[in-house]
Amino acid sequence: MSMYNEKVIAAFMNPKNVGAMENPDGVGEVGNATCGDVMKIYLRVKDERIEDIRFETFGCAAAIATSSMATEMVKGRTIEEALKLTNRDVANALGGLPPEKIHCSLLAEEGIRAAVEDYRRRSQGLPSLPPRHEAVCHHDLAGSEEPRGD
Amino acid sequence: MPLRMVYMDHSATTFVDQAVLEKMLPFFSEKYGNPNSVHAWGREVRSSVEEARMNVARLVNAEPREILFTGGGSEADNLAIKGVAENLGEKGRHLVTTAIEHHAVLDTFKWLGKHGYDVTILPVDGDGLVDLDEFRNALRPDTILASVMYANNEVGTIQPIHEMGSICREKGVLFHTDAVQAAGHIPIDLKELPVDLLTMAAHKMYGPKGVGALYVRKGVRIAPLVHGGGQEFGLRSGTENTAGLVGFGAAAELAMKRIASGEIEEERRLRDLLIDGLLLRIEDSSLTGHRTLRLPFHASFCIRYIEGEAMLLRLDFAGIGASSGSACTSGSLEPSYVLLAMGLDHATAHGSLRLTLGKDTSEEDIAYILETLPPIVQTLRAMSPFKKNS
Repeated sequence: MSMYNEKVIAAFMNPKNVGAMENPDGVGEVGNATCGDVMKIYLRVKDERIEDIRFETFGCAAAIATSSMATEMVKGRTIEEALKLTNRDVANALGGLPPEKIHCSLLAEEGIRAAVEDYRRRSQGLPSLPPRHEAVCHHDLAGSEEPRGD
Repeated sequence: MPLRMVYMDHSATTFVDQAVLEKMLPFFSEKYGNPNSVHAWGREVRSSVEEARMNVARLVNAEPREILFTGGGSEADNLAIKGVAENLGEKGRHLVTTAIEHHAVLDTFKWLGKHGYDVTILPVDGDGLVDLDEFRNALRPDTILASVMYANNEVGTIQPIHEMGSICREKGVLFHTDAVQAAGHIPIDLKELPVDLLTMAAHKMYGPKGVGALYVRKGVRIAPLVHGGGQEFGLRSGTENTAGLVGFGAAAELAMKRIASGEIEEERRLRDLLIDGLLLRIEDSSLTGHRTLRLPFHASFCIRYIEGEAMLLRLDFAGIGASSGSACTSGSLEPSYVLLAMGLDHATAHGSLRLTLGKDTSEEDIAYILETLPPIVQTLRAMSPFKKNS
């Protein structure tokens, strides 16, 4: 199992902004259950500013910790600012992630972008996009396999 | 600090029993002789090594001459499979195994598959059992070896080893079984069981790590992996790990007592408390592996809508040591190949949880798990986008 630092553990054990949102202005769902992580982001936007943000995540500790950190980082920010958030920013704010867990932070970045895209479509009166469940896992970003336990 | 520390990963490894450790210690200090030396220092250690061999033989009702020590279960698996392939390669090039073997077996067969051998990998059913007809049909005139694990490490299912061995006898095929999880925990009688080669490991039965044994039935010939001084009947050269071997012997003696005293039955009772209690308390959870054809200390589950590593970490903070076949626990992105071979979908397999009991596990420990796990599952499910009816 991966070795996480204290910040990651803290974010995993006490994540912020957890749960679904009633009548959100935008929803983004990314990831793939086959790969072991799916993230759903809900936005409430007022005057192009993220007034509230929530997440629901199926995934490992790193996926939950990055969900919490990413939502914390964009809460209260403008849409433009939120779109500048990168997976590196999220990983750095958590004090770093084990190499094989970097793909989890990518999911946070993608989740927020997908939610913003959905918000924009809705404000133009367009229908919501379906969840973006990538057909392939981010294999190239995974670290080498660790020794097996038994 | 957690309220309680409960180690529930005995399938990964067991602690070394205090009595075992005490028997080992002199071989690091005063009893340092090389068992291959003729002098008093050597002779004393030789007799201890042979006593250990006798105890390991007795555990599975074999002859001491049929037990050879190795540097662990993986080495014994490699030796059995490559040793037969090398020795009988002229007779045939076909090998049979199953999709749920430990990597020490599966990867050895895959390696042989790249080196001129033809390998058939049999599927398993939803309980992790190999179909006997399929097994029979897989054996061809050029089949030289079949290898099926005695009991699976991830799901605990015990295979019909006796029936498979009989089929192999009938067809003139050598039969190997990796009994690393089973040996020392359930009775194995090689006088009665038609098995030609059987793998054991000391550290799964309260002995030390880095020590294993391969049972090679009298008359069965294999080629060695390690050449050199000719120790272990010429099949595993190298000066013996004397303390380790003595530790294995002591662990085997202890295991025989546990099996004879009915201690295993008590373990099975606690396991059933855990299985029934967990399935009752956690909705949308299921047992993986066979309900009754199952290792007495083994409980394994799939908990839907959540991921295994997150569960393990929260259990760890609550003082419970468990394991999972989720992708995130291995560093790969694929969940357990065993669970996938049993027909589980990826998302369900990512939510796997294994709890394996040990001889010190108490009813209080089981109660602690049953009260600690449900709120963890509830918390993680509250975070999950997957819910019932979705």
